[in-house]
Amino acid sequence: MKTIEELMALRDAAKAKMTARDDSTEVTRIVVGMATCGIAAGARPVMNKFTEEIEKRKLSHVTVSQTGCIGMCQYEPIVEVLEPGKEKVTYVNMTAEKAAKVVLEHIVNGKPVAEYTVGAVAK
Amino acid sequence: MRELSLNVLDIAQNSVSADSSLVEIEVLENTEKHELTLGVLDNGKGMTKEQLGSVRDPFFTTRTTRKVGLGVPLFKMAAEMTGGSFSIESEVGKGTKVHASFKTDSIDFTPLGDMTGTVVLLITMNTDIDFVYRFKKDEKSFLLDTRQLKEILGGVPLSEPSIANWLTEYINENTQ
Repeated sequence: MKTIEELMALRDAAKAKMTARDDSTEVTRIVVGMATCGIAAGARPVMNKFTEEIEKRKLSHVTVSQTGCIGMCQYEPIVEVLEPGKEKVTYVNMTAEKAAKVVLEHIVNGKPVAEYTVGAVAK
Repeated sequence: MRELSLNVLDIAQNSVSADSSLVEIEVLENTEKHELTLGVLDNGKGMTKEQLGSVRDPFFTTRTTRKVGLGVPLFKMAAEMTGGSFSIESEVGKGTKVHASFKTDSIDFTPLGDMTGTVVLLITMNTDIDFVYRFKKDEKSFLLDTRQLKEILGGVPLSEPSIANWLTEYINENTQ
């Protein structure tokens, strides 16, 4: 059973980790479209996968957030990756499996997955 | 939508965009009567009579990217096709209340699905908003209030992954 005492222990551990975190590196943002269109197309598992992978790989300079309708509903779930100093990359028709690949190849290794981008799909 | 929990997520996003400081999510089920009621209540900016009149219309939306808004119509349809009902009340400056009731023994009833996923996602993505999750299934009931959790956490955000995992398991254990 999960208890409030356990939550308190997690809080203390998180506090210690937060002060140790390096604030000097700039943040990479992963933004998932979560309007009616995104949600219906399966944005929730995509969002969960990103959060899970970021945590698993201890990528403390990466944040995952949500936004509304991006305006290309036929390509949902849509994910935008915004790295400091680089052009925005827009991924379309995302799935949890594709999300894991994007984290590994794009976020970790710095090479966007061209085949999942809007440019490759919307031809 | 493949799960009603996704409709709830979608409707609650409207509360988030309406500058609410408190959003309440209700899941109330009576298995004997085959009744399920889902509620999303907020204290956001609310809607005018005019907006309220057209919110069920798929060709009404406040968004600027497109000319259709399907969130409310889809939720209403999901409830009504089971023989249930749908209501929406709103007042400018006070907030909005959406309720949908379902007949769970109807062939057209969509399963509730991962309600915990919806609640945790809303809480972790909107840490500046408080959420209350009210769950009742027959004799079993559970109440989660992020204001109490935030008091315990003292500045550690609910979006912290270890905290979010705890939250998921805590809600699952108490609602299944």
